[in-house]
Amino acid sequence: MNKTVIFLLDGEVIEGSPGKTILEAAEDAGKYIPRLCAYKGLAPHGSCRVCTVLVNGRPQASCIQPIADGIVVESESAEVRELRRGVIEMLFVEGNHFCMCCEKSGNCELQALAYRFGITAPRYPYLFPKREVDATHPYILLDRNRCIQCGRCVRASRDVDGKNVFQFGGRGAGKRIAVNAAGGLGKTDAAVIDQAIEVCPVGAILRKRVGFRVPVGKRKFDHQPIGSDIEGKAGPTAV
Amino acid sequence: MSETLKETVGEVCRSVEFDRSRMIDVVREVQKRYGNVSGEAMELIARELKTHRVEVESVVSFYAFLSEMRQGKVVIRLCNDVIDRMHGADRVLAAFEEELGIRVGETTPDGEITLTTTACIGMSDQAPAALINDVVVNHLSSDLAREIVWELKQHGNPALLVKNLGDGNNASELVSAMVKNNIRHRGAVILSRAATGQGLETALAMTPAEVIRNVKTARLRGRGGAGFPTGMKWEFTRAGSAAERVIVCNADEGEPGTFKDRVILTECPDLMFEGMTIGAYAIGASLGIVYLRAEYAYLKRFLESVLDRRRSEGVLGRGICGLEGFDFDIRIQMGAGAYICGEETALLSSCEGVRGDPKNRPPFPAQKGYLGLPTSVNNVETLCCVARIMEHGPGWFTALGSEQSAGTKLLSISGDCKRSGVYELPLGIPLRELLKLAGAEDAQAIQVGGPSGQMVGPDAFDRTICYDDLSTGGSIMVFGPKRKILEVVDAFLEFFVEESCGYCTPCRVGNVLLKKAVAKLISGKGSQKDLAYLQSLAETVKKTSRCGLGQTSPNPVLSTLENFRSVYEEVLVAGEAGLQHDFELSRAVSQAARIAGRTSAHLHP
Repeated sequence: MNKTVIFLLDGEVIEGSPGKTILEAAEDAGKYIPRLCAYKGLAPHGSCRVCTVLVNGRPQASCIQPIADGIVVESESAEVRELRRGVIEMLFVEGNHFCMCCEKSGNCELQALAYRFGITAPRYPYLFPKREVDATHPYILLDRNRCIQCGRCVRASRDVDGKNVFQFGGRGAGKRIAVNAAGGLGKTDAAVIDQAIEVCPVGAILRKRVGFRVPVGKRKFDHQPIGSDIEGKAGPTAV
Repeated sequence: MSETLKETVGEVCRSVEFDRSRMIDVVREVQKRYGNVSGEAMELIARELKTHRVEVESVVSFYAFLSEMRQGKVVIRLCNDVIDRMHGADRVLAAFEEELGIRVGETTPDGEITLTTTACIGMSDQAPAALINDVVVNHLSSDLAREIVWELKQHGNPALLVKNLGDGNNASELVSAMVKNNIRHRGAVILSRAATGQGLETALAMTPAEVIRNVKTARLRGRGGAGFPTGMKWEFTRAGSAAERVIVCNADEGEPGTFKDRVILTECPDLMFEGMTIGAYAIGASLGIVYLRAEYAYLKRFLESVLDRRRSEGVLGRGICGLEGFDFDIRIQMGAGAYICGEETALLSSCEGVRGDPKNRPPFPAQKGYLGLPTSVNNVETLCCVARIMEHGPGWFTALGSEQSAGTKLLSISGDCKRSGVYELPLGIPLRELLKLAGAEDAQAIQVGGPSGQMVGPDAFDRTICYDDLSTGGSIMVFGPKRKILEVVDAFLEFFVEESCGYCTPCRVGNVLLKKAVAKLISGKGSQKDLAYLQSLAETVKKTSRCGLGQTSPNPVLSTLENFRSVYEEVLVAGEAGLQHDFELSRAVSQAARIAGRTSAHLHP
């Protein structure tokens, strides 16, 4: 029962323990598959589609697809990279992302992915949506302009903090993060130390009054592209 | 006010035994009584159902038939589907607006009437049509729209708008609808004869495994569009040691241009329930759910009476047909206006009382479906086929249809044809023959399978309707020689933008981008490179989307780029490479000019 699962990732033989997703097994083997909605310790969501891979030629989100013996996974091919690039660009044009004046700059996973993919400008037209900013909380800012609907805050608040502060509202292009009170975030029991606040990959949920505290040069992605931490550690299970 | 709201919410929640998974029923009822689900109501519902306010808000804001803003006592939902528009829905809308003195999306100042539009309501064969609360009004004209408003202003009761009852059960007291069946061809499997109950009896004399084997031998495939083998689905659902299993009937036909399930639900509900009961026996289910789309709410009372009768006849309930230990009952779950809920996992989410988001797979519904129980979701028509297969045997079924695709298929034909309606025909029938039957020989284009299907031209009329060639869940839309193909594509994309659940990036964003790209071409500002852009964008959405909606929503673009390339090339502007034809200086600087409080004569043509 505890036998390992063996599959091919970009031509390399990878061994993984049964029950792991492709993304997890790849990570254990020191292979980084780009992702945004996936976050260690939170239930997989499968929504951003940045972690798309081809499994036996079929596109699948690697964060929800379990490994299986003999599958052939394509992750770093030109085709897959192009698909991911398209999805990342969509996230940029969908919201209002002004990296140059965003305090998440340098620590933002969306921005870091754009650098990793060499995206200088999106090929799609900006949609410039009108979205609400919620500054009602004394210590937390919710700026939906920068939200990418990854749902990390929803899952962290529900499953880790046990609070259900966040949930999605609306649908389609009008989908947005809603909070558990008519009067905004300030009327919920959200606290600045909540995991839901910590996990936001972009500048949508920010702690107030600590912006730009970390100087340029010391921010998370200033020297290493996103994913380096995973690529740096060749896993013990890599064959 | 607050006290009565509190009492009402309490009463409504009690009626579902404070079961959180029955949230859709609760919010539908509150919406019905108050015209909205207010923030206050959300708080109260959350308290009663032991959940959170934001969970209630997330549900209310998801479904088109629910709203936080107060709506009128009467809500007019005019269908704005492409077929309805071809039949003059825009003129009808203008008449409604003028007569009510409001714009679409608004409510009259006295709070009585709300006017809105909605996606296909399953009446394309009697378009333009609208829902007025639950009442269907069909064959609308601008005159009729004015008359309706005048009448509603007198009595405010949509039920009184029903003048000429439709045929068949539409005329029965429990339905009382003006809806017409428009059955044009009765095939051997479903529409030719009434249900006999013989199928169920035969099935119960077999073991469940034998029933499944028969369904497999009959090579029955899902009639909803995806075409998954029914027997296999049942086998997967039966596998494993779960103590309880569920069978769900998907009566949420939302694909624009399909209305065949409406006819089955009206005329053959016994056959459907019989098939469902056989399915329950085969997979070992004790609970059955019919997920009925909100647009068909007018059929609910009738369907419930059929269920009641079946219970009294002993073919539903405890010890069905005297078989001790076979207990199975069916409840009807109403939808609340969301095309995505036709997708089986989104449908299950909706049944569980949450947003109609599709679920991640694996696990598949057969392993973990409704409330975590192994679940089989089957289409209305599929279940009817099951009852007949058990009645006449799999050999009889495979003798109908083509070599590869067994049985008949109900097709909903609408648009530019002389005889729109429902046709039950053997699978494998050439498109040309179908068009002849419907009186649509001069068609320029046929949309097979609805917007998520494909558009084909006359060079494909010898192709056949079946799983291996032109596959369809039932929708066949005919576009005559004068229709503008790109406008049809644009309307389809508008539909997908409206109906995307927004869960995954490519579908939420990509459909908006596709629509923009097509709009640019229609406006005559696209060049050759825009076609390459459109193609690549469409392929990205198709390949990276999470569920069937986003995986098929680019089909209107992809299939017309392939089959009707010339309509794109006709609108292209030739020009220098690198020139952006849609760039307008005055528009580009308008915001800056407004902020600066300045205008320039040069900028305003």
